[in-house]
This record gives sequence, C-alpha cells and structure tokens, in this order.
Amino acid sequence: MSLKNDIDKSINADPIQRGIAHRKLRDRLFALNGLGVLAAALFVLAALLGQLVFDGMGRVSWQFLVSYPSRFPAQAGILSAWIGTVLVMFLTALTAVPLGLGAAIYLEEYAPKNWMTDLIEINIANLAGVPSIVYGLMALGLLVYEFHLGQSFLTAGLTLAMLILPMVIIATREAIRAVPPQIREAAYALGATKWQTVRDHVVPYSMGGILTGVILALSRAVGETAPLITVGALSFIAFLPHPPWSSEFPYVSIQWLFDPFTVMPIQMFNWVSRPQEEFHVNAAAAGLILLLMTLAMNALAIAVRARFRKRIHW
Amino acid sequence: MTAHIDTKLALKAEAQDLSFYYGGTVQALKAISLGLADRRATALIGPSGCGKTTYLRCLNRMHDLYPGNRYEGAVFLYPDRVNIVDPTVDPIEIRMRVGMVFQKPNPFPKTIYENVAYGLRIRGTAKRSELNNAVEQALRDAALWAEVKDRLHDLAFNLSGGQQQRLCIARALATGPEMLLFDEPTSALDPTATARIEELVTELKQRVTIVIVTHNMQQAARVSDYTAFMYEGRLIEYDRTEKIFTNPSNTLTEEYITGRFG
Repeated sequence: MSLKNDIDKSINADPIQRGIAHRKLRDRLFALNGLGVLAAALFVLAALLGQLVFDGMGRVSWQFLVSYPSRFPAQAGILSAWIGTVLVMFLTALTAVPLGLGAAIYLEEYAPKNWMTDLIEINIANLAGVPSIVYGLMALGLLVYEFHLGQSFLTAGLTLAMLILPMVIIATREAIRAVPPQIREAAYALGATKWQTVRDHVVPYSMGGILTGVILALSRAVGETAPLITVGALSFIAFLPHPPWSSEFPYVSIQWLFDPFTVMPIQMFNWVSRPQEEFHVNAAAAGLILLLMTLAMNALAIAVRARFRKRIHW
Repeated sequence: MTAHIDTKLALKAEAQDLSFYYGGTVQALKAISLGLADRRATALIGPSGCGKTTYLRCLNRMHDLYPGNRYEGAVFLYPDRVNIVDPTVDPIEIRMRVGMVFQKPNPFPKTIYENVAYGLRIRGTAKRSELNNAVEQALRDAALWAEVKDRLHDLAFNLSGGQQQRLCIARALATGPEMLLFDEPTSALDPTATARIEELVTELKQRVTIVIVTHNMQQAARVSDYTAFMYEGRLIEYDRTEKIFTNPSNTLTEEYITGRFG
C-alpha cells in the first residue's frame, strides 16, 4: 500500500512482480506529482483569497453596501457600483442570450455544412480569444461615437454582450450537440418540422448546458474592467440611475439606460489608484463582495446543471 | 429481380429500381424493386452493410436529414401512389403517414403521456380529451397501458428497456400511421422483452403494414409473412417467409440462412 512497500517490492521480488511494482510505482509518482501541482495552485489561490479577506473583511458592512463613494474613505461605499454591476449584467444577459442562442441554433441545426459555415465557426472561436480592450475600442467607436448611445448603461451592457457573445454561442453549440441524434430522429420520424424539433426537444434538453455556459460567461463579464473604462465608465457616481418604472402609463421607464454608469471593478480600480491606504482597504472590501457575486453566479450554474441533469441522462 | 409474389395481394408500397447514394457518391442500394404487401409484415434480412436499414430509411425519407444523400428510382405509396422519394414530395408528409421504431429505444426525456401525445401535438391537436383518448388507445395498442396507466406523468426514462421500446411503438401508433418501420427493434432488449415486441408486431400487422429489419433470422421467421434477403445493396431473393426459410431458390440466400456467412 505504502510507497516504501512498493519500493521494497521493486527491489526484492521476482521479475514479474518487480515489473508490476515498478510500473505501479511510476503510477503513484505521477499521482503524487499531480497532487503537488494542484496543491501549489490551490495555495496561490488561497493566499490571494486570504489576503483579500484579511484586508477587506473589516470594511465590509451594511453601511459599505448602501453608501455612495466619497472622498472620505471611511464613509465611502459601493451602492452605485453594485447596482451598476447588476444592471449592466442584466442588459448583457438580455442581449447576449437571445443572440447567442439564435446563432448557435442556426449554426448547429440549420446551416448547410460548407466553407461559409466553417469560416463563421473559426471566426467565432477567434472572437472568443480577442482581448477585451479591443471590444472596448470597437464599442467606443461604434456605440458611443457612431450610434450616440453615450457613456451609458446601454453602451456598457452592449459592450459586454459583444464580449461574451462568442462564449455563449460556443457553450450553446456544445450543449446542443450533446443531444443525441436519435432524439432528433425520433421527432422527425413523427413528422415534426425542424423548428418543432428544435423548440420542443433540442433546446429544452440542452437548457442545462446552455444556462451553465451563459452564467459562466456572465461571471467572466462581471469582472471586466478594461472595455468599460474605454467606453467611459465613471468612477465616481454619487447617485442612482433613474428608476425603471414611472408613475404614468406605460409605467416603465427606459431613462436609466442612458444614465452614466459605474461597476464594481471600476470602483475598485479607482480606489486602488488612490494614494491613501484607507482606500486600498475599501478596494479589498469591494473585491471581496465582487468575488462573492461571482461565486454566487457559479454556484447558481452548478445548481442549474444539477437540476437539469436529474431529468435528462442519455 | 422484381419481386411480386401473390399478385392478388394489395400492395402498400412498391419500390421500383430504387437506388440510393450516401453523400452523393457511395451507392448503398442498387436498383431495388420490392413490393410490400398491405397489412402484412415484411422482414428484411441480410448481413451487416447489405443495405436493409438504408432501404428502410428510404421509406420515411430519413436520409433527407443528412446532407448529400440522393435517391434514384421510385417508391410508390398506395393507395394514392405518391412517390415517396420524389424530391418535390415533402418528407414531413411521408413521415406523417409512415411511422418508425428505432434500434435503441429513444423516448423523449418527457413524461410517458407527453411521449405518446407528441405526434398529435405537432399536428395541432390541443384538446385534452382528444389527447387523453388517443394516448390511452395507443398505449393499449402497444400493450403497455396496464403497466403505466397509474403513472402516465412519470418520466419515460424510468421505464425498463422493453417498456421504453413499447412506448416508442405507442408513440408511433398514436398518429395512426399506414405503415410502420422497425429498425432492429429488439437488438437492445433481453429475450423476454423481445418476445413481447414480437407478439405485438404479430398483432399490429392485422391493421398496419409492417416492415422490420432484423439480424435475427428466427425473429424474421416468427413475425413476418414475407422476407426479403439483401446482399451488397441488392435484393437477392424475396418470397413468402416459410419459402425463404425452408426452400430458398438462391444459393446465397441458403448460405446466409444456414449461417455459412453474415
């Protein structure tokens, strides 16, 4: 069982046993190696987390969550930042999900298999690897200057949507591909059209994978800073956007879409670049909250996947 | 060879010089001419790769789902003599008339009820009472009603393999197909479940034309009235089942059924 035992055996036993013991020893050495690498990676992660908790924990309080930024570090909070993050994520999901789903369904189920489709496929994979700042520059040129959407929530949401769109498409295609062809054939054999097959079978059965992909893409977008700085996020916002409702018909208001925005990582960036030590503590605290938001989203992704897996196993 | 045995029998479908090409180049069927008797069971036998499943899947245009496949010749579906493989004929129309049961049970990951009701739903039936009746009738026809009537809203995956396959038969029957295609329906099932499916096929052929592809020659002998032996994309011999299995005219057929190859 033990390593020592194995070494003893590899020296003492007859040739066959020695051969086996020798090969098993290498097996064990590989496992040990893997464990070591894993431990090193986890240690770095734990150290980072520990540092963040150690620095920021003391600053996290209800007051911190419900206060606007301030030039006095002790009074500053992240209200406008976390509300901004929630709203931007909402807009991002609202844009990226239908577009990504539609594109993935078209590519998987409808598109003819030819060089055009191949070209599109390759480019989607490439787009997923484009640096986020490049999306920021494109959004600045297109959304801010060309479409005059301003340095607004709408611009921020659309920018991040562009950024995660390739990821959503790729995740959705993977999920759709996991639906066995026999299930599609079963639907077609009953006389279903392509759309009926997609709507009643392919999409519902791949929903677990799709939602997981979407949430993971969003949890990447939630930490994005560079493209939002490029499109003009404000780092000091001491007011909330217009409410999304109004007292008159039709009782919803889209005014907030055009309000200036900030998000958590921008707020952190701003605080980190201040000279005062107290602001660095604020940044650590905000980082902790952002981390919790990301973890919550990942937990949601796991829960969603587990829920759908329970129903569907091929 | 052209196969018309018992000319007094009405035909349900008739292939005339049917050839089929996978991906436009690989010829899998070579000028098959084969008449399928109405409300009888016809078995397709032959070694792997002989084209029996390919032929079966021509009968409901399943090949259209994949790019590049091409049919030549004709398969007429009676009584209206529509050419099944005519590109101007909508495959959906054909599949609404010709049902299929697959090699591995492939129920939808939905409830038992929804599996059976699906064919009707996509045809636009929404009335609860109508669906209920059709689902019950189809499950009775597939000899599954007694086992599932108290758990119609359970997931189909919770059924055993044999039950799942009968559920797939019920699903295909619910829309009242004129012809039912079975692609090795028992190859994934144990002997008991196989026996029940065979029993079912024997019952169903009173009402529906049945075409069954099988690797199991005893099965062909047990359930079918006619048997077609195929080899390398050609129809070698087609006759009444007892004739094929007792006194085949072709030596290749004889070699195959006596187990000398395949």
